[in-house]
Amino acid sequence: MDAKQTSDEAQGPVTKTDRHSDREVVVTRTFDGPARLVFEAWTTPALLMQWWTPKSFGITFISCDADVRPGGTYRFVMGHPDFDQPMAFVGRYLEVDPPRRLVWTNEESDDGSVTTLTLEERDGQTHLTLRDLYPSEAALDEAMASGAINAYPEQFTALDSLLIGSPKVHSA
Amino acid sequence: MVQFYQAPRFDASFAAISDATRRGVLEQLGRADASITELAARFDMTLTGMKKHVSVLEQAGLVTTEKVGRVRTCKLGGRGLEDEAAWIERYRRMWATRFAALDKVVEHLKQKEASDGRKADE
Repeated sequence: MDAKQTSDEAQGPVTKTDRHSDREVVVTRTFDGPARLVFEAWTTPALLMQWWTPKSFGITFISCDADVRPGGTYRFVMGHPDFDQPMAFVGRYLEVDPPRRLVWTNEESDDGSVTTLTLEERDGQTHLTLRDLYPSEAALDEAMASGAINAYPEQFTALDSLLIGSPKVHSA
Repeated sequence: MVQFYQAPRFDASFAAISDATRRGVLEQLGRADASITELAARFDMTLTGMKKHVSVLEQAGLVTTEKVGRVRTCKLGGRGLEDEAAWIERYRRMWATRFAALDKVVEHLKQKEASDGRKADE
């Protein structure tokens, strides 16, 4: 994987990503801290809002509700200055096993992935593995074709480049 | 433009690329902009039929059109179809950017724990 990093990620350990199978994408990363703190940051709405949408995404995190227990639901509402309508990202937690494992669905689109977060602590560091498993190869292919990432901020960033790249859109 | 933001946007783009003619139109527009008339001729269709296909692609945000005089020119929209490597790289970058922010939250929690621990010892 290309080691080139953007300014936003210049600090900190390398984030690796692979297409693990025809319907799964895997991300790995190491954090300098115990697993319980990484888990806490992932499951406490007030903390989640501090990192889930970094400033460079151009998105405002409007509200964050997360009932973090098996079967509990979450609802993240985001806004973008170019849009009058906020977007809601919703799903359910399937497994909650602090501080090792968190599994949730992504249900804002029909063929959304199921995401599994695994944390392994070694010598005060936490090795994170995040697996996005799509319901079928076609679903992952379609996500790639449409530019969607977890039905996620790419919709916003794609829009940014669209607006910057083609001024005609404004007058359309 | 707003419509591709709202709920049906994914369905719209999936429907748009599920059709062989529309995928062909996207490939064609990837090589060069074209008028509806040119596209209809290339795909051996009526103007009305091609207009419908272009309209589906336009609603999905994949194609934009512009009318100059009597000619409506079609070009690829900003969303573009991407290859797998580009998608994976953008996906990686999204998480890397997020994780850089998460580092700071974890560091803050560590410091808070250390400071709370010191207070408890006092």
